[in-house]
Amino acid sequence: MNISYTSREQVEVYKFPWPVAIGVPLLALFVQFFLPVHAPFLLAFDLPLLVTIFFAVSRRNPVSGLALGAVMGLLQDSMAHHPIGMYGIAKTFIGYLASSLGVKIDVENPGTRFLMTYTFYVIHQMIYFAIARGMAGEDLAWHWGHEAASALANSLMAIVLFAALDRFKERT
Amino acid sequence: MDFIRRHLNISILAAVLFAQVLGLAVQVKAPGETGSTTLIRRWAVLLITPFEEAFVHTQNWTGTRWREYFYLRDVRRENERLKSELEQLRLEQVRLREDANQARRIQALLAFKEQFISKTLAAQVIGTSGSDQSRILYIDRGANDGVQANMAVITPEGIVGKVLKPFPSSSQVLVINDQTSGVGAILTRTRLQGILKGTPVGEIRLDYVMADEKVEIGEDIVTSGGDRIFPKGLPVGKVAAVSPGRDMFLNIQVKPAANVNGVEEVLVITEVTEKEPDTKDLGPVRASDILAERLPSVPPKPEAPAPAGNPSGAAPAATVNKPAVRATTPAPAANRTDPASGTPATTPKPANASGAAATTPSGTNKPGSAAATNTPKPAVAAETR
Repeated sequence: MNISYTSREQVEVYKFPWPVAIGVPLLALFVQFFLPVHAPFLLAFDLPLLVTIFFAVSRRNPVSGLALGAVMGLLQDSMAHHPIGMYGIAKTFIGYLASSLGVKIDVENPGTRFLMTYTFYVIHQMIYFAIARGMAGEDLAWHWGHEAASALANSLMAIVLFAALDRFKERT
Repeated sequence: MDFIRRHLNISILAAVLFAQVLGLAVQVKAPGETGSTTLIRRWAVLLITPFEEAFVHTQNWTGTRWREYFYLRDVRRENERLKSELEQLRLEQVRLREDANQARRIQALLAFKEQFISKTLAAQVIGTSGSDQSRILYIDRGANDGVQANMAVITPEGIVGKVLKPFPSSSQVLVINDQTSGVGAILTRTRLQGILKGTPVGEIRLDYVMADEKVEIGEDIVTSGGDRIFPKGLPVGKVAAVSPGRDMFLNIQVKPAANVNGVEEVLVITEVTEKEPDTKDLGPVRASDILAERLPSVPPKPEAPAPAGNPSGAAPAATVNKPAVRATTPAPAANRTDPASGTPATTPKPANASGAAATTPSGTNKPGSAAATNTPKPAVAAETR
């Protein structure tokens, strides 16, 4: 039995109708690839990461969390020009962490969601940079200001997005 | 086995991570794209780009119908403004044509070879990589349209990037503000060369310009042609900021001429030809003429009565005016000097014979040029074609 710091209500495991479970991640990818053509500032958002976090903490199943993270990350990698697996590894890890965290603490209120997303975004970027520099040999520069601002933007977006996606939740 | 069953989740995580790390290691070790990664990318692109393409084309169709049939406000006023702008540009064109002709003559003297963009392909931007770590655009033209890797992608304003991977009906374009991009560039005023690179936040900087050089804000930057991808002389942007950088180089920030972040239509340069400048229509010219036009002019001498036996008024050979010499050589164009009469075919003959060649190849007088001020030139140099 999992040790929980929350009430039974808060560790409720949710499921989603299959059109939502498949459609929302695909839509997130599509929006991520397409919208920056018209609004370049949207590149600062990582919608696939936010969707991975949301489904992982809602389902509270580490295997489905890491699987979704891996698929989203690998699809993102395949549209970029770096070696395939850089986003894959980072998002696999975040999917696993988010679902494990979802079992332990309350992730339903906006404050927690903000902090959780902020932390996960920074960890995600750190993993990505570590792989890029350590394994792929890419000469990427880490800018704390840029990463902190992006983490903030993604955390604010997460509050709105998660509230919208909450409507599709179904209790098991 | 029992350990794995007890720690199933973490075991699966380890297995998935291990598989990806292994795949990554194989890609890093193998130079270029391996077969499997090409296949994964191809599938992903084939899966996603048709939707993007359909979306963009629907959007364009709707936008065009709206603009062309419904939203016609201010069209008349805009038409008038464009007409007046066109007249201004025509005047400027006359001046630029003259400069271009002169530049071609000089290039011919130096046996320069120019690169001409002979074929371009218009393309629509249909998507991005979706990541600010990878500044990639997807365009709706691919290998089926003749697009190949390393072709330059531009807009009329300036360069955008190069084709990284062509797929059958779409292509991946590496934008110049990507961190892995590199473009040979040259500062137009100081002629200093550097390499254009992207930064992690999507800005562009010009690297490898020595710290003791003087670079001014606002100076234009064009392609140097040294990368063998972008033809020489395409606009890149302007210097936005200059500061001392690390090591011995300047830190030059560049404002791109093209809107590389929000570009929606581009041109792919599919063919570049290299040839010597065509000067046969410009007429023969002497090296001294070209130099003389650049020299400060001397005020014209007062008119002297023509000596007997020289009714045309032309100067004797030893002090012959530059234009008079030019008048003795045949010129093919209609507004060149008429070989028979020694006067321009399309302009009335001025009182002084030297005035004949004050007419430029475009048929206009170039203000301020040596010829226009009727300055005698030494007839010492041999003709050069």
